Amino acid sequence: MAGAMTTPVARPEIGPPRSSVGVIGWARANLFSSVTNTVLTFLGLWLTFKILWGVIDWAFVTAMWNGPDGRYISGFHIWQLFTEPWAIRSGAPCRAEGTGACWPFIANKFPQFIYGRYPVDQRWRVDVALVLLVVGLVVLMVPRIPGKVWSAAFLFLVFPVIAFWLLSGGGLLGLPVVKTEVWGGLLVTLVVALVGLTGAFPVGVLLALGRRSKMPLFRWASVGFIELVRGVPLITILFMSSVMLPLFLPSGVTLDKLLRALIGVMMFQGAYMAETIRGGLQAVPRGQSEAADALGLSYPQKIGLIVLPQALKLVIPGIVNSFVGLFKDTSLVLIISLFDLLGIVQLNANADPAWSSPTTNMTGYVFAASVFWICCYGISRYSQMIERRLAAGETR
Amino acid sequence: MRLSSTREQHGSLAAAAPNAFYRPEVRQALYQVVLVICLGWLFWSIYRNASTNLASQNVSAGFAFLGRTAGFDISQTLIAYPASATFGDAILVGLVNTLVVSLIGIVLATLFGFLMGIARLSSNWLVAKIAAVYVEISRNVPLLLQLFVWYFAVLASLPAARNAVALPGNGYLSIRGLYLPKPVFESDFGFVLAALATGIAGTVAFARYANMRQLQTGHRLPVLWVGLGLIGVLPALAFLIAGRPMTFDDPKLQGFNFAGGMALQPEMVAMVLGLVFYTGGYIAEIVRAGIAGVGRGQKEAARALGLPTGTMMRLVVIPQAMRIIIPPLTSQFLNLTKNSSLGIAIAYPDLTHVLANTTLNQTNQPLEAIAILMGIYLTLSLATSLFMNWFNTRMALVER
Repeated sequence: MAGAMTTPVARPEIGPPRSSVGVIGWARANLFSSVTNTVLTFLGLWLTFKILWGVIDWAFVTAMWNGPDGRYISGFHIWQLFTEPWAIRSGAPCRAEGTGACWPFIANKFPQFIYGRYPVDQRWRVDVALVLLVVGLVVLMVPRIPGKVWSAAFLFLVFPVIAFWLLSGGGLLGLPVVKTEVWGGLLVTLVVALVGLTGAFPVGVLLALGRRSKMPLFRWASVGFIELVRGVPLITILFMSSVMLPLFLPSGVTLDKLLRALIGVMMFQGAYMAETIRGGLQAVPRGQSEAADALGLSYPQKIGLIVLPQALKLVIPGIVNSFVGLFKDTSLVLIISLFDLLGIVQLNANADPAWSSPTTNMTGYVFAASVFWICCYGISRYSQMIERRLAAGETR
Repeated sequence: MRLSSTREQHGSLAAAAPNAFYRPEVRQALYQVVLVICLGWLFWSIYRNASTNLASQNVSAGFAFLGRTAGFDISQTLIAYPASATFGDAILVGLVNTLVVSLIGIVLATLFGFLMGIARLSSNWLVAKIAAVYVEISRNVPLLLQLFVWYFAVLASLPAARNAVALPGNGYLSIRGLYLPKPVFESDFGFVLAALATGIAGTVAFARYANMRQLQTGHRLPVLWVGLGLIGVLPALAFLIAGRPMTFDDPKLQGFNFAGGMALQPEMVAMVLGLVFYTGGYIAEIVRAGIAGVGRGQKEAARALGLPTGTMMRLVVIPQAMRIIIPPLTSQFLNLTKNSSLGIAIAYPDLTHVLANTTLNQTNQPLEAIAILMGIYLTLSLATSLFMNWFNTRMALVER
């Protein structure tokens, strides 16, 4: 009897209530946990369906696509976007009431959106430069590929020279000269963003060092420049470089319009980058530079070999993040009538009578917005990834 | 003895001309002299080139043009701008337009941004995801493009005035802009304002009394409800007693457009929408980071004390989050003000449009126009950051 008492009775294992696991459990916990949450969930569902349906209807159901023999068709025809884009010459069918996106506009103008008015027979040069850029970026940015120093040197020292020679021509091998007036589209966006970033880097380093200098005049000059530039909008800087800069140069010396915009962007970005780099310089422990002093290193040696490498490692995410801002800001050059991606979309969408229709400009904006979004979102995700990798040494 | 001899030696070394360069003070002085010479040369050559170039273009430098009559019209004038107005007046009109759009933008973007930032932290999965999608879209598309979408695509596709979209409260939205009822104040409205002032003063006094009482007895008086009563009910009573001294002038359709009411032009509406949608995304991120940045232990301690969620947020989380939020929020306000200069691209007559476009083209005084423009923006930036620094000091942690 006593033995029977002590024999443990195996009971069937009871799992958690069915309503607290799986899809139902998740929904109860995350969507319907209270009355307010339930109301919010239904409001959110209504909003999501409203917006999603609006987007699908506009972009697919009522949208116009390239059809066979240069005719328009509507419905889901994504695969036909780039078939015979040249057979369609105008956006007249898009003028019909209730039409969604006018995709043939994008298909027809696509080369312009990428190259601007760059001569058609020379566009391979832009392609080669783009391929070199992408290869360089991939080698530099994918953490697993070794040889970062060499790829950085290629991208920041060799590539600009090659790209400049390829894009503007002249010099060796006698490529035909292509003036910057005919550059446009994504090409100009990339040139402004990349030259702006590369050019702003040394400016930012010098200004940041100047701001932390023990010599008052260097400090005041740097602070003055940084605060002046950071206190005004980029547009005023661009106006300054496009309207005032020619007046400041000796008569007879003229600067290319794109170059003037680039100088403005570099000054602007340099001031912001100086503040980012200053943050990194401040984070390097004081003992590092004191140790360098104790070893008898000169100032350039101390900064170049001890302080900057540590500071720059800290500010890489910051610099990549500020590049997102710069990439978006490149669109401002259209105000001083340079035609970057947005500029050329705006020009074609609102000033080409053949394509004028109620939906043309929205179609163009959606295209431009997608390009900008993919680039900016990609860069910021990359920056977060780098931040995590670089912080791996500090996390315990 | 030995020490003094070393010192002597050192002194003689310094005195010797060839080695003076090894002394840091001498070297620094030399570098700074070189900097002054370089900068001086730069500015001098800029000045010389500019005066030569301007002379060859027959442009007389100086700010005399500010007193000349500006022969152009401005599409939105919130202060008097008669036909005889000068360029100086035109700049003032532009400045007012910049300030108005920035202020409205700052207030709405802060509200919207806080809402979205809190939504991102919501325990409701769907709400949090919607807010996240909004933040990623608004922050990763250029503001200029967003302004174009609002102005050229969204607002331009609105119906004509006769088919205007009627908004609740007698507002109308059409391709001509947003028309809202305009409040008309009669002379007796002063009573309502006086009642409001009394209500606010009473609330402040009551809050102080309540704090004092709480320190003494530990009991907390219902400050919120009493305050709401004083600030809300008192003016409402005064309004009724004084015989409703405020009416609304409703916009009415006359011919092809609305007459009466308060008209917000499409440019203004697009600017506000664009600035709020864009900056709201940044503010949402700042708010999210601020609330998430409050230590977990703080919330756990508040829970352990038995505070309900609302009280915990109000007394423990928000005050600490605000310290993290305010500095980056300041720079967003500054950014919004500076970004309002993009109005030039959609013809909103802000400071940049008036100065860098119209004035520049009409007077051909690029140096002066851009200098005034930059000067005003610098002043605005400095004023905003001074105010926010003051506010930040008030909010800062008071440590022993």
